[in-house]
Amino acid sequence: MNDANGYLLEVEGVRKAFPGVLALDDMHINLRYGEVLALVGENGAGKSTLMKLLSGIYVPDAGSFRLQGQPFTPENPKHALESGISIIHQEFNLMPHLTVAQNIYIGREPRRGLVLSDRELNRRAAELVDRLGLPLDIRATVSDLTVANQQMVEIAKALSYDARVLIMDEPTAALNDAEVRTLHGLIRRFIREDTGVIYISHRMDELKAIAGRITVIRDGRYVGTLDTAKTGMREVITLMVGRTLTSDARPVDVRDGRETVLDVDGLSTKELLRDVSFTLGKGEILGFAGLMGAGRTEVARALVGADKASGGTIRVHGRQVRIHTPAEAAELGIGYLSEDRKQLGLLLEHDVSENITLPSLRERFSRWGLVDRLMARRAAKEVADRLTIKTPSIRQTTKFLSGGNQQKVVIAKWLVKDCDILIFDEPTRGIDVGAKEEIYALLNSLAQQGKAIIMISSELPEVLRMSHRIVVMTEGRVSGILSADEATQESVMHLATLRPNENPEDAAELGLLDLHSTEPKAV
Amino acid sequence: MTSLLSRAEGATDRATWIAAARNRLQQLLAFASLIVIFTFFSFANSAFPTYSNVINILFSTVVIGTLALGTTFVIITGGIDLSIGTGMALCAVMSGVFIVDAGLPVIIGVPLAILFGGLIGLVNGLNVAVLKLPPFIATLAMMLVAQGLALVISNSTPIYFTDNPGYIKISTGELIPALNIPNAVLVLVAAAVIAGFLLSKTLLGRYTYSIGSNEAATALSGIDVRRWKIVIYTLAGLFTGLAGVMISARLGSAQPATGMGYELQAIAAVVIGGTSLAGGKGSIIGTVIGALIISVLNNGLQIMSIPQEWQNVILGLVILVAVYADMVRKKEA
Ligand SMILES: Nc1ncnc2c1ncn2[C@@H]1O[C@H](COP(=O)(O)OP(=O)(O)OP(=O)(O)O)[C@@H](O)[C@H]1O
Ligand SMILES: [Mg+2]
Repeated sequence: MNDANGYLLEVEGVRKAFPGVLALDDMHINLRYGEVLALVGENGAGKSTLMKLLSGIYVPDAGSFRLQGQPFTPENPKHALESGISIIHQEFNLMPHLTVAQNIYIGREPRRGLVLSDRELNRRAAELVDRLGLPLDIRATVSDLTVANQQMVEIAKALSYDARVLIMDEPTAALNDAEVRTLHGLIRRFIREDTGVIYISHRMDELKAIAGRITVIRDGRYVGTLDTAKTGMREVITLMVGRTLTSDARPVDVRDGRETVLDVDGLSTKELLRDVSFTLGKGEILGFAGLMGAGRTEVARALVGADKASGGTIRVHGRQVRIHTPAEAAELGIGYLSEDRKQLGLLLEHDVSENITLPSLRERFSRWGLVDRLMARRAAKEVADRLTIKTPSIRQTTKFLSGGNQQKVVIAKWLVKDCDILIFDEPTRGIDVGAKEEIYALLNSLAQQGKAIIMISSELPEVLRMSHRIVVMTEGRVSGILSADEATQESVMHLATLRPNENPEDAAELGLLDLHSTEPKAV
Repeated sequence: MTSLLSRAEGATDRATWIAAARNRLQQLLAFASLIVIFTFFSFANSAFPTYSNVINILFSTVVIGTLALGTTFVIITGGIDLSIGTGMALCAVMSGVFIVDAGLPVIIGVPLAILFGGLIGLVNGLNVAVLKLPPFIATLAMMLVAQGLALVISNSTPIYFTDNPGYIKISTGELIPALNIPNAVLVLVAAAVIAGFLLSKTLLGRYTYSIGSNEAATALSGIDVRRWKIVIYTLAGLFTGLAGVMISARLGSAQPATGMGYELQAIAAVVIGGTSLAGGKGSIIGTVIGALIISVLNNGLQIMSIPQEWQNVILGLVILVAVYADMVRKKEA
């Protein structure tokens, strides 16, 4: 079955241009039989574009593909699937109103004559989910699932097509480390001598764990392919960003006696939160750590009025306030950057500058209800440059930006808004290592300008290197607040697992039992 | 791992349960409001809750109901069809052309008129799916075209079916004499059963929800979204054709100048029935209840001799309340 040159999938000299952007130029990729090949590159390097070419959504301007040695010209997603190429795209690709089972088998519904057989559908789905060992209720409506479980549905769906080539575009962006390991287990089981996987991720530590080789691309061009076993992650990153990154991995400007700008006392919700209390100082970066489901995002949502609080008081600059909606929170100078940016953060059909200036149009860019477009665009441009958003112009329609660059647009919105208190929920998810450093630097400089910052993150190394103090949560409660000096991986983990049914496996979930890499996690 | 898994399972179990309860509640609430309105009128006027008046109500639901059934599919895909009202008038005229002018037998003329509706829907579908025109625009244009054509073809004069008693029987005849139920009501019931079957039991229905829920994802799953959209608009057109037959059979004539405004009543019925204009959710049973609520209101208010103008005001308020209640429910669930 292995033909002469021994490649399962080959990409040869592929080029794709969009108006104003050369997304791919003379791209080469060789996927061997039985291997997991990682594909890395900065935001906007062209990774997702390549996947869309492979699934027949776009047509290449030049170049060709070979599948098992045969020329392969994907015509549409269906053709690609039938040819044995199954892709998990970066964008959210489920039907939220349908059930898990209906989503997995969409397009392949079992039926008797005209009539759909939902019983057979559920049986197959249950069997699949069981075989994969995924904790999914196949009858649940997808919109009721957590983001992580929705991602699991996408994975189950991709694996359900007996594919030969499985391509995953940032499958782990919404997963915690335990779930990542589940996924990696599935990938290992999928790999046989006649299959292969292309794995796209910005989480460098994962690549060592799963990939045999790493192909690096930069600005739409092929840079090189490295053997994972023989290569340090730093080398990969240097190739990827074209420069060496230095990192000062400790929080800056840690000190006591800050003026308190936010004082939360006894915050509770009906569902999860119990008596959450903390203070936030001017110029402080307060990290929130905890396991998935510990309630970090819920604190942010209850704080800005996105969810209803059932008890507790909130003081902003010493004044007690009641916040019912995120708009009221913004009015008080509290900005919340939600974790679920794929769905909630952007007006995809509008241009980048409109998105960036939307929350601050009224205060900053209008007079008597008339919008000063020029001023708005100038401000948008300035922030876009500061965040190195990769786009031909700030007038570009936002949906044409790469996934990571769309996330930067969401961050830019809140920078322009000029809030005193900024809550960042997973600010670096889906963002490449180079840009992560830029975001860290940005958070530090915002803090130095006197902004108070809450940073919620599932990547513990990131929390440790940024936070002046760390609030650790367990099951809806604050289990401890650590100063930068006290905070280590061990001390945070200890607090995060303080609860009746203690479980060592959860340590991995925090990214503590480093499964693979010998390199430091945060680069 | 075990504790992790069981935690996740607990969460999804609860989610399923909540979702199922929410769906049931939604249909229950629509049905409950129908009962409440009905009971209210029964107390207000004793002429209201009689057998013959109930049949009357059902009879007057037929046209709006038929239109609403077809347009439910379109609305679940996240689209809209504004051409069903005047399209219905055009189909009624075509029915007259086939049966009265061309002298075709009823048994051939009626299917032709319905197919003509399918043709209108097909054009809508092509405009939306192939030319990628926004459904609102494509069907707004078709609304005007259909209105104009109905007038042109009929020379702006009604076509009477006086010499075709068989045609009129389609609506007012009684297939089962003992029941005293006009055929039109039976036709509506049959149409609703067919629509319900298509929406809940077939690929067509599954993809209708799927497209409305996430069109891009549906396409990526290897489904020919274009083709299915064309099919769905064509289906709505067939129901338009059927409504054209039903209204002209009932009136005994094809009235080319009518039709405008029926589309909004049909859309109102769909929306009151809990179908979301944003797409992805809705049901035939909801639409049927929505259409019944509208005709119960019209009938009851009429019996209480409330003027037509006020009936419209009240209908408008009912739409607001119905949709608002639906949203509140969703937020709380
Ligand atoms: N349909 C489109 N129209 C215009 N430009 C596009 C389009 N699709 C992608 N681009 C541009 O092509 C470039 C490559 O985008 P792509 O999505 O492939 O990046 P990526 O490597 O996947 O990045 P990320 O890591 O952020 O997901 C980007 O500059 C993007 O803005
Ligand atoms: Mg991408």
